[in-house]
Amino acid sequence: MHKNKSHSDLDIKKSQVKASLKQSVKNIDSYTHLRGESLYVDDVNVREGTFLAVVFDAPIAHGKIKSIDYSEAEALAGVERIFTYKDIPGDNQIGGIIQDEPLFAEQDIHFWGQPIALIVAKTELIARQARRLIKIDFEELPVITMAKDAKDKGSFINAARSFNLGNTDRAFANCDYIFEGETFSNGQEQLYIEAQGSYAEPLENGTIKIISSTQGPTAVQKTAASVLGLPMHKIEVDVTRLGGGFGGKEDQATPWAVMAALATYHLKQSVKLVLNRHDDLRMTGKRHPYESTYKIGLSKDLKILAYEVEFLQNSGAAADLSPAIAERTLFHATNSYFVKNVKSTVYSCKTHLPPNTAFRGFGGPQGMFVIESAIAKAASEIGVSARKIQEANLLQENDEFSYGQIAKQVEAQNSWNAAKTIFNLKELERDVEDFNKNNKAFKKGLALMPITFGISFTNTQMNHARALVHIYQDGSVGVSTAAVEMGQGVNTKMLQIAAQVFSIDKTKVKIETTNTTRVANTSPSAASSTADLNGKATLKACELLLERLKEVASEDLKVSKETITLKEEYVYVDAKKTALTWTALIFKAMAKRVALTENAHYATPEIHFDKTKEKGHPFAYHVYGTAIVITTVDCTRGTYEFDTVKVVHDYGKSMSEGIDLGQAEGGLAQGIGWMTMEEIAYNDKGKLLSNALSTYKVPDVFSVPKNVEILPLETESSELAILKSKAVGEPPLMYGIGAYFAIQNAIKAFNPNYKLKFHAPMTPEKVLMSLYES
Amino acid sequence: MIQFILNNKIIKTTANSGMTLLDFVRYEQRLTGTKIGCREGDCGACTLLVGTLDENEDIAYHSITSCISPLGNAHGKHIVTVEGTNLKDKLTTVQNAMKDNYATQCGFCTPGFVVSLTGFALSNSEKKYDTALDTISGNICRCTGYKSIERAAHQVCEKLEFSNTKMPFTWLVKNNFIPDYFMDIPKQLKQLHTENPSKKGIKIVSGGTDLYVQKADDLIEHNVHLISDNNALKGISIKGNICTIGAGTTVSELWNHTELNTYFPKLKTHLKLVSSEQIRNMASFGGNFVNASPIGDMTIFFLALNSDITILNSNGNERTLALKHFYKSYKTFDLQEDELIKTIRFKLPTRASHFNFEKVSKRTHLDIASVNSAAHISVENGTISEAHFAFGGVYEIPRYLHKTSEFLNGKSLTPTSILQAQDVMQDEISPISDVRGSSDYKRLLARQLFFAHFMELFPSQFTLNDFIQHA
Repeated sequence: MHKNKSHSDLDIKKSQVKASLKQSVKNIDSYTHLRGESLYVDDVNVREGTFLAVVFDAPIAHGKIKSIDYSEAEALAGVERIFTYKDIPGDNQIGGIIQDEPLFAEQDIHFWGQPIALIVAKTELIARQARRLIKIDFEELPVITMAKDAKDKGSFINAARSFNLGNTDRAFANCDYIFEGETFSNGQEQLYIEAQGSYAEPLENGTIKIISSTQGPTAVQKTAASVLGLPMHKIEVDVTRLGGGFGGKEDQATPWAVMAALATYHLKQSVKLVLNRHDDLRMTGKRHPYESTYKIGLSKDLKILAYEVEFLQNSGAAADLSPAIAERTLFHATNSYFVKNVKSTVYSCKTHLPPNTAFRGFGGPQGMFVIESAIAKAASEIGVSARKIQEANLLQENDEFSYGQIAKQVEAQNSWNAAKTIFNLKELERDVEDFNKNNKAFKKGLALMPITFGISFTNTQMNHARALVHIYQDGSVGVSTAAVEMGQGVNTKMLQIAAQVFSIDKTKVKIETTNTTRVANTSPSAASSTADLNGKATLKACELLLERLKEVASEDLKVSKETITLKEEYVYVDAKKTALTWTALIFKAMAKRVALTENAHYATPEIHFDKTKEKGHPFAYHVYGTAIVITTVDCTRGTYEFDTVKVVHDYGKSMSEGIDLGQAEGGLAQGIGWMTMEEIAYNDKGKLLSNALSTYKVPDVFSVPKNVEILPLETESSELAILKSKAVGEPPLMYGIGAYFAIQNAIKAFNPNYKLKFHAPMTPEKVLMSLYES
Repeated sequence: MIQFILNNKIIKTTANSGMTLLDFVRYEQRLTGTKIGCREGDCGACTLLVGTLDENEDIAYHSITSCISPLGNAHGKHIVTVEGTNLKDKLTTVQNAMKDNYATQCGFCTPGFVVSLTGFALSNSEKKYDTALDTISGNICRCTGYKSIERAAHQVCEKLEFSNTKMPFTWLVKNNFIPDYFMDIPKQLKQLHTENPSKKGIKIVSGGTDLYVQKADDLIEHNVHLISDNNALKGISIKGNICTIGAGTTVSELWNHTELNTYFPKLKTHLKLVSSEQIRNMASFGGNFVNASPIGDMTIFFLALNSDITILNSNGNERTLALKHFYKSYKTFDLQEDELIKTIRFKLPTRASHFNFEKVSKRTHLDIASVNSAAHISVENGTISEAHFAFGGVYEIPRYLHKTSEFLNGKSLTPTSILQAQDVMQDEISPISDVRGSSDYKRLLARQLFFAHFMELFPSQFTLNDFIQHA
């Protein structure tokens, strides 16, 4: 009976999703994307005489430069000039949070791939050939590649941070079970398919315009200005779109843009610097590897009473965004669970890897992996399913997070229950069990992965945005915001907002490039918050314009303003259509000298955080969801496939179902990639071994789960989400963590001698070795 | 002079034949829809279609990754970029399928997918969903997680359900898959003045799929010696129980060979593990042999078939030797400067013989193996009459297992003899630790794949339990 009911629920849900997808707005860039007409940095028509540039980088991870001989490279025909730190008119400094990273190495080398010079030539090939002619002599120094080694040597980026709640010492004394362990999660390459790139051109009066593939136009502008010793108004940064970012272009698009600008500054000619894939992989940072230790205490009824965790973040050779990422690890250290007594500490450990940086999830996934490992370990030792422990500890309304925020409108339990019933978890579990009983050479594993992810930049002061909206006299509309389009569909959402407020056809609205002269002092497009912040600003600007237009209409029609609405490009009075069209209304507004431009500013209300106490209310709201992951392991070969991933996700009230589903599916695939096949490898000397797409594998069409079902959870959502449509960029990535535990459960089903390990990614190598360990 | 048709434009160029087709299209012709993602054939953002006229003056299209394809190989062909698939003011059926299903996000990989799926519509292959997926096996997307692209592929297949196999292009034009200029291309190609440009160059290049990954900078400024059009090096012929394959034959030509698919019933399953469709469309067997990678998939494949290779020198003299004697040490092999591998020859499997290919890599498809292996085993009355095993990734050269193969000759087909042979095999390999796995892993994996051959070939006789102890 129950089974039939839930199956029909599932069918209804699925057909609802299908219907909403059909109606949902399509990505406004689809047309040009699909025709190959969208413009990325390398597609821009360059000016005559543009030079191409290639970066010369450090061939060791740690050492001192004794001498560099550029003479042969400089003498190569076609080489225009080679720039080093000596050519920097301002500060040789690009560090954002901490000023600890030079644009070009001077005497000291801190990571393999660290930029030393920029070779500018007539062609990229000549610049590459010149690079091979540079002779460098150095003294090598000891290299640290692991966070633990850095900690042992006292090598840190900044002071450790701790979030604490309750008293773990006292709580452990009352625990029936206590387990300790260690975990490792490896880094992850962002692998935006469009590599880092920029194009700089000189405008008049010493101004330089930079076209950059960056998530942070202001970061590029500010850094270029300080490196060149210019005021910010002399640098214009323009971004049309990115061929993927995923965090990798939040801070680390900056150096390449600044280098191109530096060369342009000196040569008074435009310069293009687009990294080839090998250079990009070698020179840029990735998701941070974490080495962590935990201690978890539970009561007999499986309540987690105490949790202590120490995170060693492998920050790489400079701060970059590491302190902020470390902070988010603490924010998400207990994932979707309420733990009364928490002691969590993170060390940002300075090593000789390229400075690690933002990647979707921003430290959150690393934090969640540890508590999920602790739960898996506890479950295995106690002899229960991990699900029982997860279930017993889900976050409830008014629970306190370790950072002091009180959980409101919590959907952890709701999404969990929904996933369980809609997808009939009992039956899924039984199927897996039956399969494993009847099969020897293949084993299945199932794991659940709940997520709770906070939305806002955790640095409160970054939570603001502006929108500049023009209504042109013909009735068409142009919208500029700080949002950078990188595939997440933010431009589509901005367009929807403007079209909806004015009730005009979408073709009447154009989303402009992101440009620092139109929208200044912006925060990067990151933290899943871009649509919320810029959407709220756009909404505000459009509503202000609408009010003015209503006044014009009320004067024109001689009715009170309150009776007026705009609907489908007509003015309505008391819900009755008039002859006054949108276009005519704009014409009249022009004639009345009414301002048809509005610039609105939005700053997220309610949020605050006190770093001295490590307490506050840093998040506008949280996003929730639960995933069920089922895998099949080939016990002969150690390979695996994912049969299905079934998710109930809290979109709030999605304003663009198709786009949001795309974010959820894409994030999930990246999360699974991080946990399975994507393996970053450095050797002891700090050289990247997974240095090409032939050695670093991301999911392809055959390796993603055969079946993915992501259903929306009906929720009230938050007023702070744009039109109640919740942020969706990062949270779904963390469903992928379930992949690790599903595979591990399959291994356990095959090999009773297997001892649990928490060392991600779970590559086919680790699977095979685990299947046959004794 | 290299001459070809690029979309609907005739190209005559004196550019170096070693330049990549990608650079020519993007920077010489300013067709920027073709993207650069990796420049080593691993992402598919630069996918183009190549149309070739056959002897019946029918045109056949296949996809390639243009980043590792020499411009010279475009000579006499129809090259199609994403712009060349566009209709005037509307999306094509493939493009609409992608749009309807939200299959484009950042858009950078998108043109590659559009071209690949359009190639699927143009191809003679069966219009099945699985075949559609094969055509995008070389296209990487980092945004979507592929589910929306899968939905788009389903939609494309639905639209193709009623396609007309007799007049495919007329139907495709009418149904908005391709612009109408395609109809004239065969005629135009025929008229194209295609007297061959000089084939002289600094380096012999066939498909280019390895050379352009290893040393593109050494080739792109030069003319290269192109051989992929050399008919003497092409083709698959079967005489009696002997199959001869030209060294310039591509993996896809093997894939599509009807008769060989009956001799090797799992041929497509095996070849699907070999790179991607784009690469299989270019990569030649001879190229795979002389790349001499210890892990070359096709080398391992032909080693287990106990193949001979015939080598041709510049004077036209030929010599033949066993492939298993070709390799001397790491990347060193028995080939003189003026020599070229001409053909591969092997005995076809019989009713009594069984062939299997195994490969494990981090990612199952479009990846380089941690260990790969092929086995060809003849069994008569429960006794192994002939056995050939080859393993890659476990030795400095692609390893033919002389002792293991020898050991099994005359042995009964039982778990005991297989376990004993496995011990012999372990003595014949010496894997090293590298980015594809530790040596311990490769040893264990080699053992497992050795067992897997028997489990695959004799499923009613062997299960995993016959070979392993615990659990």
